[in-house]
Amino acid sequence: MILDSKIPEGPLSEKWTNYKATQKLVNPANKRKLNIIVVGTGLAGASAAASLGALGFNVDIFCIQDSPRRAHSIAAQGGINAAKNYQNDGDSVERLFRDTIKGGDYRAREANVYRLAEVSNDIIDQCVAQGVPFARDYGGLLDNRSFGGAQVSRTFYARGQTGQQLLLGAYSALSREIARGSVKLHERQEMLELVLVKDKDGKERARGIITRNLVTGKLERYAAHAVVLATGGYGNVYYLSTNAMNSNGSAAWTCHKKGALFANPCYVQIHPTCIPVHGEYQSKLTLMSESLRNDGRIWVPKKLEDAEAVRNHTKKPEDIPEEDRDYYLERRYPAFGNLVPRDVASRAAKERCDAGYGGATGLAVYLDFSDAIKRLGKDVVAQRYGNLFQMYQKITDLNPYETPMRIYPAIHYTMGGLWVDYELQTTIPGLFAAGEANFSDHGANRLGASALMQGLADGYFVLPYTLQNYLADQIYVGGISDQTPEFDEAEQKALEKEQRVMNIHGTKSVDHFHKALGHIMWEYVGMARNTESLNTAIQKIDELEAEFWKDTYVPGTIDEFNPELEKAYRLADYFELAHLIATDALHREESCGGHFRTEHQTEDGETQRDDEKFMYVAAWEYKGHHQPEEMSREDLNYEHIKIAKRNYK
Amino acid sequence: MNFTLHIWRQENAKAKGRFETYTVEDISDECSFLEMLDILNEKLTTNKIAHPVCFDNDCREGICGMCGLYINGRPHGNDDGITTCQLHMRKFHDGDEIWIEPWRAKPFPVIKDLVVDRTAFDKIIQAGGYISTTTGGVPDANSIPVSKEQYEQAMDAAACIGCGACVAACKNASAMLFVGAKVSHLAILPQGKVEALDRVQKMVCKMDELGFGSCTNTYACEAECPKQIKRQNIARLNRQWIGSIFGNDHKK
Repeated sequence: MILDSKIPEGPLSEKWTNYKATQKLVNPANKRKLNIIVVGTGLAGASAAASLGALGFNVDIFCIQDSPRRAHSIAAQGGINAAKNYQNDGDSVERLFRDTIKGGDYRAREANVYRLAEVSNDIIDQCVAQGVPFARDYGGLLDNRSFGGAQVSRTFYARGQTGQQLLLGAYSALSREIARGSVKLHERQEMLELVLVKDKDGKERARGIITRNLVTGKLERYAAHAVVLATGGYGNVYYLSTNAMNSNGSAAWTCHKKGALFANPCYVQIHPTCIPVHGEYQSKLTLMSESLRNDGRIWVPKKLEDAEAVRNHTKKPEDIPEEDRDYYLERRYPAFGNLVPRDVASRAAKERCDAGYGGATGLAVYLDFSDAIKRLGKDVVAQRYGNLFQMYQKITDLNPYETPMRIYPAIHYTMGGLWVDYELQTTIPGLFAAGEANFSDHGANRLGASALMQGLADGYFVLPYTLQNYLADQIYVGGISDQTPEFDEAEQKALEKEQRVMNIHGTKSVDHFHKALGHIMWEYVGMARNTESLNTAIQKIDELEAEFWKDTYVPGTIDEFNPELEKAYRLADYFELAHLIATDALHREESCGGHFRTEHQTEDGETQRDDEKFMYVAAWEYKGHHQPEEMSREDLNYEHIKIAKRNYK
Repeated sequence: MNFTLHIWRQENAKAKGRFETYTVEDISDECSFLEMLDILNEKLTTNKIAHPVCFDNDCREGICGMCGLYINGRPHGNDDGITTCQLHMRKFHDGDEIWIEPWRAKPFPVIKDLVVDRTAFDKIIQAGGYISTTTGGVPDANSIPVSKEQYEQAMDAAACIGCGACVAACKNASAMLFVGAKVSHLAILPQGKVEALDRVQKMVCKMDELGFGSCTNTYACEAECPKQIKRQNIARLNRQWIGSIFGNDHKK
């Protein structure tokens, strides 16, 4: 397939301005006649629906939880980036753009990233106007902190609950539109199918969705002129991740099976600072915000005997003297120190633990605040990170004011997702993807505090324009009926999806298989990959999938509230997705960002890109169950930025 | 550790509920309460003893507000400043009997087992829990300074996760702490002051209409709030309410 990214003409800094000046618009009377479906109520979905509703479109918005405020954006802790340069420390749109491109290891599309940096400042203004309580300094102005991959302080924050406050801001704007009647909310509804309708011009367009009412089990039909997917990432394919339990990749996968190309699935972010795994029964991993790396210092024992002593509890980490600690990030990366990007910090932790220097269970490094407490006092540290420390203590029963935090990398975010063009439109006309669900802005690695920025940029400031450009032609279509053969067929498919897992009548629980899949993915498609591990992964995934279809037991019926059934049909999609992640990782014979192939590294263990061969986006096309997917390339042309080795030393 | 669990089971909103007793064995003290329920469900499912127990949960890190169980007579269990998902089995003793119930409040009808319908909270927010801005056309974020003290107070109130523990803890099923927190968050900030008096009227009226009870100042809500939202927010709500009656020029 030939991928047209629809990047506007003109110099980079004028592309978005030019686009907006020449795009098609819909007049207010016609907006009322156009329906839009938004799936997902996280930052991207809620902000898109609120903005589109305010413009006058009819919006239907769906979430699988009991309220839009539960979406997993709520759990983002550290902050949101913007190029305000309030600190006068040398920030600018251009610098935010460059940091993001470099952070993504030169695997993102220039034009999208520049637009993201451009609208970042508007997001902060918007949020403050909504009443988002960003941190303030004593003069009453906005405060900033630093995040990985940047040498400026451009991150705005609300204690350790920035995602919560931003989401509640978007949720309040959404609630206002719901009250005005421009947006209709459908909670506890899960999208099971995308409906495509062939128009008179012979082109298939996204015209609706089939949902499952999770309370009654009833399948429902919704028709619209366009569908926006804002359903987040697919990190839960690894079972243990920082994602919420219900976060899943099925809505995006359904669209992929209907023809939307899936881009760069192997770009998965592993976050360096999470609370380590403690048992086989564990259901999820908890993130400790990257903001902690502003004041916390990461180390492992310098001596193997000390590492062993802390592992079998004969020594406490806080008793290891300064000269026997290896601050390995500061040692390896003096320029960025503890604030190197996430992929770099994660690999460095793994390297130390693999070499035998890990503390606790052996799979943990220390994040230490004793210096910060000496320098700033306990009160200031508590003010900055108090809620994170409390959270850590509740989970581990250890007091981080007294003993260093134990941390280890965990699956956190997926840079890959549905392929979209500059307008955030997928390869299916009328189907748009926003936020983590698309692939567009973070290349092979996302910088901290950029997910919130992208979700809100897409929803508040990009889709309201680009969607209009698409909808301007749709006013001629008239109302869309959901009583058509296309809807009948899609509903039938959704029903089969439920029945298929229900009818296995095996013996093992869904979680049993999900955990097994997670183990395979973490072991063979995790932080370090190679040809052998990836081939093993593919074989094991397929074997496990076959067993799943023979031996799963889903209790209850399809006509009731049935969380086991939900887990089962989501896991069915994860097998296919896992297969594609491994395939993509196998094909990309280079290391870049979060994708680390052990065959491709420099002498000192850094990623080794191959720009000659792999400076492209790999977009995969579904060809049927267990048929090899077909890859299309979108070449990345860097016109503005000079490609360089990513160096944080 | 081993536990005997008495769990509320109810097929749907209309069915009659009852307690069922189950046991779980060999639970690690590092296990979270919800992970303990996962282990129970695994046992119930694979041994085909009963349908798994339904309970709402999502982020499992205490921020989404989705989980909420009444455990041995306390919302979110026997620890302070946490949600159910942050409760760990080390807070219990080997051999304990544990009673697990859903939120009990008329405006939160049971959907199934331990899952309740909390859409009433969304309806209260829709009644006025926002600042009326639309996307774009807003002033620069630093154009209106907000004192550090105002910020801290607003943030304390805005930390509410909408879990409903306050309502469940209240003998009257009052939502005053939830509403007070939102009213306070927005009334403290200069951006939210413009609509403050209308907002409090609309939200309180909606709260009453949805069947939440009145506040009799026992502060069980404050004691059980996982985010430790203070009762001062209820006081501020009351002041705003009085102000909205006597000091609101727009009042029809």
